[in-house]
Amino acid sequence: MIKDITIGQYYKAESVLHKCDPRTKLLLTIAFVVVIFLCKNFYSLALMAALTVIAMLISKVPVKMFLKSMKPILPLILLTAVLNIFYNTGGEILLSFWKITIRDKAVFTAIFIAIRIFCLIIVSSLLTYTTTPTMLTDGIEKLLKPLDFILKPTSFRVHTLAMMMTLALRFIPTLIEEIDKIMNAQKARGADLESGSIMQRAKALIPIIIPLFVSSFRRAYELAFAMDCRCYTGGDGRTRMKQMRFTYRDLLVFFVFALIFAGIIVLNIKFLPVI
Amino acid sequence: MSEEFIKFENVSFRYENAEDEPELPLALKNINITVNKGELVAVLGHNGSGKSTLAKLTNAILVPESGKVTVLGMDTADEELKYEIRRKVGMVFQNPDNQIVATIVEDDVAFGPENLGVEPSEIRKRVDSALKAVEMYEKRLAEPHNLSGGQKQRVAIAGILAMETDGIVFDEPTAMLDPRGRQAVMDTILKINKEQGKTVMFITHFMDEAVLADRVIVVNNGEIMTDGTPEEVFSDIQKLKDVGLDVPQARELQFRLSENGISFENNVLLEDDCVEAIKKLF
Repeated sequence: MIKDITIGQYYKAESVLHKCDPRTKLLLTIAFVVVIFLCKNFYSLALMAALTVIAMLISKVPVKMFLKSMKPILPLILLTAVLNIFYNTGGEILLSFWKITIRDKAVFTAIFIAIRIFCLIIVSSLLTYTTTPTMLTDGIEKLLKPLDFILKPTSFRVHTLAMMMTLALRFIPTLIEEIDKIMNAQKARGADLESGSIMQRAKALIPIIIPLFVSSFRRAYELAFAMDCRCYTGGDGRTRMKQMRFTYRDLLVFFVFALIFAGIIVLNIKFLPVI
Repeated sequence: MSEEFIKFENVSFRYENAEDEPELPLALKNINITVNKGELVAVLGHNGSGKSTLAKLTNAILVPESGKVTVLGMDTADEELKYEIRRKVGMVFQNPDNQIVATIVEDDVAFGPENLGVEPSEIRKRVDSALKAVEMYEKRLAEPHNLSGGQKQRVAIAGILAMETDGIVFDEPTAMLDPRGRQAVMDTILKINKEQGKTVMFITHFMDEAVLADRVIVVNNGEIMTDGTPEEVFSDIQKLKDVGLDVPQARELQFRLSENGISFENNVLLEDDCVEAIKKLF
C-alpha cells in the first residue's frame, strides 16, 4: 500500500502543460485564481470554465483523476450553495412558500460559487498533476528569489525554504513506512490501536508518536552529516543540473492567457453583472 | 613508494561527555595509519571498537583530540580546509535512507556536484556516468522510496562518485542490507577501486567482505591490533577469536580441519580457493 503512494500526485504524461516552465504554471495559477473572482456575469464565467476544461483536456491527465480530487469537496460545495440560496436577500423573489423565499440573485450566487470552486480545484490539481515536486520547489525558489534582498541581514535564504520543502517531500514516504513499522511493533506488544473511545485511541497513539520523533531526530542528524559531507553549504555558489528556461511555449501560454484575461474584462463591461 | 592519501599520526579521540557525567574513555588511542593512493583498505572491528570513529576522522566530521589527521597533506583540524578535504574524500554511510536528499534518483546524484558549483552540462555528464558505474542508470528517474536497500545504497555511492573525489570512505555500507544487496554494493565498491582507481577505505564487521580488500586493519578497543594483507591478518586465527571477531568461513573450515590433522598447503580465505584446496586433498 505504502509503496504505491506518489508524492505531490504528479501524473506522468507528454503534454504542453507538462513541458511548460514551472514558473509559468505557478504564475498563471495565481492569476487564474484572481481572475475567476473578477467574473461578474455568466458570459465571463463561461469563458473561464471553458478555459479550465480545455486546459484539463490538453494536459492528457485522465478526467477520472480530476473527478477523484473533487469528490471530497463536493459536499462542501453543495452546502455553501444551498446556504446561499436561503440566506441571500438581494434581487427579485422567484419563489416563496411557507417561511422560505428564494431570490434570483441567491440562485445565481450559488451557481457562481459552485463553478468557481470546481474551476479552482481543477486548476490547482492541474498544477500538481503536471509538475513534479522537484520542479515545483525549484519554481517557487526562483520566483521568490528577489526576497533574498530583504532577507539579506538574516542568515535565512529563499533557498533554505526550498531545501526544507524538498527534504520534507523526500521524507514523507520514509516516515510513513516508519510509522507502519512502529505500529506493527507496538501491536505485537499488545497495543490496542483500534478500539475504545476517541480519547483512548488518541492516547494509544502516544507510543507511536514518541518513537517516531526520536527516530526522526536521529535521521535529521545523520542527514545533516551526509549533506555536509557532500559539501552542502547553503544556496550560495550552487549550480543546478536542470536549468529552467522560458521558451516560446511559455510565451505562447502567457499570450493565450492574456487574451482570455482581456476577454473577461470586455465581457464584464459589456454585460451587466448578475451578482 | 606510492603517494600518501590519508595519514593518521598519533591520533587520539574522545567523545564529549554530558555536563554532569564523568569524562568518557578514549574512543581511539594513539592511532598511526597511512593509506596510500589507490589502496583498498578494510577496517575491521566489533561494535564499539572505534572503527566508525576512525572513518569519521578521515574527512573532518570529527577532529582528533590529540595528534593529526591529514588528507593529501591538508590538516583536518583546519576549519578553512574542511570543504577542500571533502572534495577529496567522500563518505557513504550505513543507512541509505538518511543520505538521499532528493525525490528523484538523478537529482540526488546531482546534489554533490551542484554544491561544488559545477557547470550544468558537466553535472549531467557526471551524473550519467556515475549512475552507469553503479548500474543504476535505468532507474535514474525512479523515486528513492521505491528502490530496495541495495539500490538506494548504490545511488548514495553514485552521489559521491559524481563529486569525483579521489577517495571514498564507506562506513559500514552493507550493515543494513540483505545478502543480495550486500553483494551488489560490495561488487560496486571493488569496481570503483579496481576500474576507477579510487582509494577506498571501508568499515565492516563482515569478515567475508574484509577478505576482498588489499589490506585489512583490525581495530580493537580503540587501538590497532593488526594491519596487513588479508593473508597475514587471518593467519593468526586465535588472536582474532580472542577479541571476539569471527574469521572468514573458508579459513575457519581450514582451521577446524587442521585441528583434526588435515592440513592445506596454503592458507585459504575465499570460498573458491577453499573448494580447490579440498579437491587437492583427495
